[in-house]
Amino acid sequence: MPASLVLEQSLNGLQFGLMLFLLAAGLTLVFGIMDMINLAHGSLYMIGAYFMASFAQATGSFWLGLPLALIATGIVGALLEMSLLRRLYGRDHLTQVLATFAIILIANEVVRIAWGSQPVLLNTPAELSGPVTLPGGMQYASYRLAIIAVGAVVALLLYLLVTKTKVGMLVRAGASNREMAIAMGVNIRRLFTVVFALGAALCALAGAMLGPILAVQVGMGENILILAFVVIVIGGIGSIRGAFVGALLVGIVDTSGRAFLPLFFSLFLPPQFASAAGPAVASILIYLLMAVVLYFRPQGLFPARG
Amino acid sequence: MKGKLATLVAATAVAFSASFAAHAANELKIGFISTLSGPAGGIGIEIRDGFNLAVKLSGGKLGNLPTEVIFADDTLNPDTGRQLAERLLKRDRANLMTGVVFSNVMLAVWPTIEQAKVFYIAPNATPTSITGKGCSPYFFSASWPNEAHHEAAGEFANSKGYKNAYLIAPNYPAGKDALTGFKRMYKGNVVAEVYSKLNQLDYSAELAQIRAAHPDSLYAFLPGGMGINFIKQFVGAGLSKDIQLILPGFVSDQDVVRAVGDPMLGLFDTSHWAYDLDNDANRKFVAEFEKEYKRIPSLFAEQGYTAALIIDQAVRDAKGKVEDEKAFHAALMKAPERAKTPRGSFKEAANGTPIQDYYVRALVKDREGRIVNKKIGTILRDHKDFWAKDCGMK
Repeated sequence: MPASLVLEQSLNGLQFGLMLFLLAAGLTLVFGIMDMINLAHGSLYMIGAYFMASFAQATGSFWLGLPLALIATGIVGALLEMSLLRRLYGRDHLTQVLATFAIILIANEVVRIAWGSQPVLLNTPAELSGPVTLPGGMQYASYRLAIIAVGAVVALLLYLLVTKTKVGMLVRAGASNREMAIAMGVNIRRLFTVVFALGAALCALAGAMLGPILAVQVGMGENILILAFVVIVIGGIGSIRGAFVGALLVGIVDTSGRAFLPLFFSLFLPPQFASAAGPAVASILIYLLMAVVLYFRPQGLFPARG
Repeated sequence: MKGKLATLVAATAVAFSASFAAHAANELKIGFISTLSGPAGGIGIEIRDGFNLAVKLSGGKLGNLPTEVIFADDTLNPDTGRQLAERLLKRDRANLMTGVVFSNVMLAVWPTIEQAKVFYIAPNATPTSITGKGCSPYFFSASWPNEAHHEAAGEFANSKGYKNAYLIAPNYPAGKDALTGFKRMYKGNVVAEVYSKLNQLDYSAELAQIRAAHPDSLYAFLPGGMGINFIKQFVGAGLSKDIQLILPGFVSDQDVVRAVGDPMLGLFDTSHWAYDLDNDANRKFVAEFEKEYKRIPSLFAEQGYTAALIIDQAVRDAKGKVEDEKAFHAALMKAPERAKTPRGSFKEAANGTPIQDYYVRALVKDREGRIVNKKIGTILRDHKDFWAKDCGMK
């Protein structure tokens, strides 16, 4: 196998991992700090992508549309938290799952009414629409490099926010021991609203950045949400660092599974079995990874609590 | 006791006569089960809009009978579809059925419809198991047999002289059928046949392998969101310069074009219909559809429209006697030749599938700058369902 192909597939794995990280970061914050299972996280991702499509169309520029979509989705998130989710914190997880599942269905139909039932247009900005030649002569989609850059910058900013700022300190306090944080006088209500709005804005960033290479359509959030849950369970619920490592692990394992497993099987299996076994095993690989991680570390790789 | 029994008998008699009266009434009740919500809801809505347009243009009547279309949403759930079929047939007493988008839903609702001996006019899914060995007089397709677009694509690759084709489809039964259809016609070398995950988001790993394999053409059957993801990423990776992407027309029509935009330009697809087919019925359909819905119709809309036209013709020719099975079946089989469909006149094979032409379309901009699927040639003439050979009906 040529070295350039191995390099390209590694880059693909990194890119897919950072793509997942954008979504998982918000999910793990909400899940870890508020102890709230929010299935509607994927809906915020969808709404972010739709806002992005509309704002990019209205302003005629991808880069003008991006901050508008982030702000708009953050506001939607804050309103959702204040009106509805706030009432669910004290309830058990099953109630939260039911209620946020209802939000998924409602959000899908609202988006359908507002934007129509067919997928909408959201394209890469013209300057990033083609491939670039990397050192070594390899061609790679320039937009995917942009995703890698944005993912890395967001990871760094979140790290600084959580470890170096006062808000970050409160977030960590809330994640590791909520009762104690309340006892120490933290305004937990406001903190939760802020965290949720931040999570929603991260969703919008994921939706806006991924929209140009994925279909922007009703129900787009459900598909990717499952992967995001796998990521945060592997990484340890509530931990940004865990989400980062988990996302990269899932991205690289999934991509290399799809890329190299069929080749691997064809070494010792007849072709018709290899072509069937390759995709079958590749599609369950990340769940195997999750099972193995949970077997050895039931709290995930970087547990936020105790 | 006796009194009670008499009441019961009387009630039963009334019930029977009521049901009889419903069948003989001068009214058409069409049960329309379709996928109208969820991620794939857009396709069902295209079919519904096409169907509704035909009913509206003929003044709310099909075959001179006042027509009520009862819509039901299967949400792409086969179990829901089966329950809806029961409800439409038993409670609403539909005298014709239509509407299903997906083959898996079709296979679930089909036994219920066939047992009720009600005719089903397919505006989309025409699975091989209902047109081959398991064929039935109650099944009539107004669209195309499931493998036909793929067969046309294989033949198109031959005509272009492509020698090294790379094939990709999702890892599920329809994906395997699609590539089987392509390979039945394609004579060149198949570089690789890749089955990706169902509902896969990121295709970078597959695209890297395609780049490394250096094929001259790529046939991709990836319906719905998967196709949108794939086309965007394929063009973004710069592969479209060296590799010709060919698609079956039903995954690259206007619904997908509107979501992908410029990256669609330069691709080819195969279809039983094109918006610019040169006949009066088609010009009328496209103009009326654009007027009513403010968008260019997709082939799904054409299928819904044509299904309604065929019902109209068959009911008219059978003089409204939908309940007379023999007469209605005969009228139905002749209807595609007599009705003025946007495809022109075509014959129906004994297994209830159209014998029709398939075209190759190029994705180009029209004079107004809209991206359209423009017909550039005819690839298969009077093409018949491969599985018709297994059907016992003559």
